[in-house]
Amino acid sequence: MFEQDTLAIIYAALMALAVLLYAILDGYDLGVGILLPTNNDHDADKMIASIGPFWDANETWLVLAIGLLLIAFPTAHSLVLKALYIPCTFMLIGLILRGVAFDFRAKAIVDHKNAWDLAFKFGSLLAATSQGYMLGRYVMGFDESAWSYGFALLSAVGVAAAYTLIGAAWLVMKTEGELQQYAINVCKRCVYVALVGIALVSGANLWLSPEIFLKWFSWPSMLLLLPLPIICFSCFVLMARKLSQLTTKPDNKAHHPFILSVTIFTLSFLGLAISFFPDIVPNHLTIWQAVAAAESLAFLLWGALLVVPTILAYTAYSYRVFWGKVDDLRYY
Amino acid sequence: MLDTLMLSRIQFAANISFHILFPTITIALGWFLVFFKVRFEQTGDAVWMRAYRFWVKIFALTFALGVVSGITMSFQFGTNWPGFMEKVGNIAGPLLGYEVLTAFFLEATFLGIMLFGINKVPVRVHTIACFVVAVGTTLSAFWILSLNSWMQTPVGFEMRDGIAYPTDWWAIIFNPSFPYRFTHKLIASGLTASFLIAGISSYRLLRGDDKKAPRLTLKVALVVAAVLAPLQAYVGDLHGLNTFEHQPQKVAAMEGVWETTQGAPLLLFAIPDEAQRKNHFELAVPNLASLILTHQLDGEIKGLNEFKGEHPPVKPVFFSFRVMVGLGLLMIAVAWFAAFKLYKNNALPNWLLRTLVAMSFSGWVATLAGWYVTEIGRQPFIVSGVLTVDQAATTIAPANVGFSLAMYLTVYAFLLVAYLHTVFLMARKAVLIEEISQQEHVGKKRSSIEIKESAHV
Repeated sequence: MFEQDTLAIIYAALMALAVLLYAILDGYDLGVGILLPTNNDHDADKMIASIGPFWDANETWLVLAIGLLLIAFPTAHSLVLKALYIPCTFMLIGLILRGVAFDFRAKAIVDHKNAWDLAFKFGSLLAATSQGYMLGRYVMGFDESAWSYGFALLSAVGVAAAYTLIGAAWLVMKTEGELQQYAINVCKRCVYVALVGIALVSGANLWLSPEIFLKWFSWPSMLLLLPLPIICFSCFVLMARKLSQLTTKPDNKAHHPFILSVTIFTLSFLGLAISFFPDIVPNHLTIWQAVAAAESLAFLLWGALLVVPTILAYTAYSYRVFWGKVDDLRYY
Repeated sequence: MLDTLMLSRIQFAANISFHILFPTITIALGWFLVFFKVRFEQTGDAVWMRAYRFWVKIFALTFALGVVSGITMSFQFGTNWPGFMEKVGNIAGPLLGYEVLTAFFLEATFLGIMLFGINKVPVRVHTIACFVVAVGTTLSAFWILSLNSWMQTPVGFEMRDGIAYPTDWWAIIFNPSFPYRFTHKLIASGLTASFLIAGISSYRLLRGDDKKAPRLTLKVALVVAAVLAPLQAYVGDLHGLNTFEHQPQKVAAMEGVWETTQGAPLLLFAIPDEAQRKNHFELAVPNLASLILTHQLDGEIKGLNEFKGEHPPVKPVFFSFRVMVGLGLLMIAVAWFAAFKLYKNNALPNWLLRTLVAMSFSGWVATLAGWYVTEIGRQPFIVSGVLTVDQAATTIAPANVGFSLAMYLTVYAFLLVAYLHTVFLMARKAVLIEEISQQEHVGKKRSSIEIKESAHV
């Protein structure tokens, strides 16, 4: 039915979708986790309430992404996870801590609540920085030079900042009053950090890899690709402007920063994907080399074509149910 | 110093043992919650809502622990067992993929509505969300047990250049041991959840919580346990017969049979000795093992010596099996006796309540023992007859695996203590809540009807 090469493209696209959705969705709830105050119960409760119904499903996109890598590109899967064994362990520990702290904090006795809040914050930060570090190592093709380790550290900070940005933007949209003002201020600072981060990562990529440089700066592909960074930059400008307006008029289209953050995430991700295509592990393995048996992929694809739209539909339903500003935290 | 293979095995065993504790509760507890909600909608009696409200909190906590430990599991295949995915990934991959697509997203999304949406959606929609979550957890068990059973009794594939390719997906999913293992696991979950509910309800009663809700949940749980416990013995027997047919070496280890025997005795106790290839201190019922497995007094059971070098380590399989069966029999006795007492006197004596508290987590022990029988019983293979465990292991440095193992063990030990502490803490907190007032009773009923009516308009 499907050629193996076609399947490789389809699965690479599905995986890219899962990774992008993960970065956006778990990105905002990890960001909210990073911002969680440990000395203000009221705000902490509000922030938790804003992500409560979603965090579990958000994390499932990571399971899907890693599952698709495992299923469709098994050799790439073992290569990547072997190289990233230790940071991956750190990420998992971080995800475990925040996942359980979320529930324990509501049920523990009062003096333990702050400890669980701290675990939630620390777990979120650990997961975000580990993911950034892994992204940096991956982009560099697991190169062992000091440069690329430095790049990975930079990427750790960058991803944590990006998650904080989208997390703060989420809070601007979902909260009111002082908490919203606080989120607006965080957003303002993160916009610049994220802008610098993205510029640095893009610059480093172009500088370190002549092939990627050629891909972006040869005629006529340049004409198609150049709008990407331009739109991305405009999003930053719009965001900075919108945030200044929100300080005085907090009700006026408070969802714009979040939408702009999502756009920035999507464009940056597209930029990376275009730079590395068709490599599944940069400088090591292409999707054609790593792809699994056609009969397995075809079997799963029929299910995926049916189920993924269903997932998107009920996810949309869930967001509609919890639309608007968040209520007070009420545990079930 | 332990090598990478041994460390990886310990890490996987620790991870999966920790993980399975929580789904074992939530699979069945989800259905209990659906039952509570439906009864509330039918009767408008606030006591069902009280039961739901208490147990949904424990459900949420248990679910969270299951989710985070499950995410770790999904990474372990790649980090520690790359050979597994390289050799049989064409079969394991899609089964895992279907689990994520059809079960994980479903349960995670509707869990959000179930836990946080009770005041945001109509009563009926909320009950449907509970139902969908229960379906999701059960579907997840379906796929993962299909894969696990395929690893025990692999069919529907062909080997090309050392790699397995699927030939018949229907045969793969519904492989010979799957129906038995799936049923056995679902009933195990039912027993685990009902003994947990019975135990925690008893704990509340002993603490002087003389309200309607804990009495009611105790009754419901005991009825379910009294039905499921004997049923489990029957299904377990069928599962054993299926194993006898497909994995005779596992049954030989379970029964401690060294030489092929006609009319093998059932060993109530013994200490198997692998070096001397015999048992010490045997306490046996003559011919009973043959009768159970072949339905003939002098039926033949193949001995371990027929499978030299290809049979599992005997001691852990032999003892785990006895722990599981022993606990299963104890569950039947306790459930029946308590159900009978409750039926006659409408209340349980304190010593019986204390017994039930002690058995709150007996389902966990029985479940782990059962999994050890079936998983250790598959050794030295990871996929029976196709791939051995050492062929699947990673080649990374032992120090790295040692590091991650130490981290996981620390976190898991801490979380297990915190979990048990919190469950009993929640029970003690519930003691302090006031009994349902007449007003709440009527109020709840009216509001539920109002919402129902407004949903029709």
